[in-house]
Amino acid sequence: MAIEVRIPTILRTHTGGNKTVSGAGETLGALVDDIEGQHPGIKGRLVTDEGKLHRFVNVYVNDEDVRFTGSLDTPVKDGDSVTILPAVAGG
Amino acid sequence: MLRIDRATRDAIVAHARADHPDEACGVVAGPEGSDRPERFIPMLNAARSPTFYEFDSADLLRLYREMDDRDEVPVVVYHSHTATEAHPSRTDVSYASEPFAHYVLVSTREHGAQTGLAGDDVEFRSFRIVDGVVTEEDVEVVESYLFGHSPTTVVYD
Repeated sequence: MAIEVRIPTILRTHTGGNKTVSGAGETLGALVDDIEGQHPGIKGRLVTDEGKLHRFVNVYVNDEDVRFTGSLDTPVKDGDSVTILPAVAGG
Repeated sequence: MLRIDRATRDAIVAHARADHPDEACGVVAGPEGSDRPERFIPMLNAARSPTFYEFDSADLLRLYREMDDRDEVPVVVYHSHTATEAHPSRTDVSYASEPFAHYVLVSTREHGAQTGLAGDDVEFRSFRIVDGVVTEEDVEVVESYLFGHSPTTVVYD
């Protein structure tokens, strides 16, 4: 078992075009680090230099937006499904 | 170039008029790889603002799940500007993250029903936004995809 992560179009340049990747970790932050090890460059698209999730990216664990569940500290476990979606927004 | 059927174009403009003075936003989905905007999906502007728009986070997840299940992509991502021209703002460019989408901008700054202006002119323009670079493209309104190019096709420059 592993944690499946759905990758949006704009980040598939980091995953060889794959729509999903899988990784492991106890928290979302650890999972992102694990995926960064397999697909270098992806972390910088999700996490700021200060170690926070970028404002313009939405991450869901199962159906929950992690903004409401502890952001990168959100616990994850085998069998969870993580979805990354860029915000659709503008001025 | 964006090729769009008249009913869909009119639906986008009607949505922008209805939500004026707030910005309206939405997507027209189409089969992956087709570049055909077929399924009009108006979205709620969670920001309810005349200067900003944002899809609600739960709506966004539902939308992308649904498109995924149907093998669709967002062929058009549209929103309105209600006081400025129909051109992507700096904020629009910084958020743009669908390199294959047509970003449609509608300006309702001069639409008659709300402004009381004699002229009623809603701008409708389309752009590509890739790696922070904005490129305007032609919009071709077709009567219907069913018949492809019809003699009544109108090209808006």
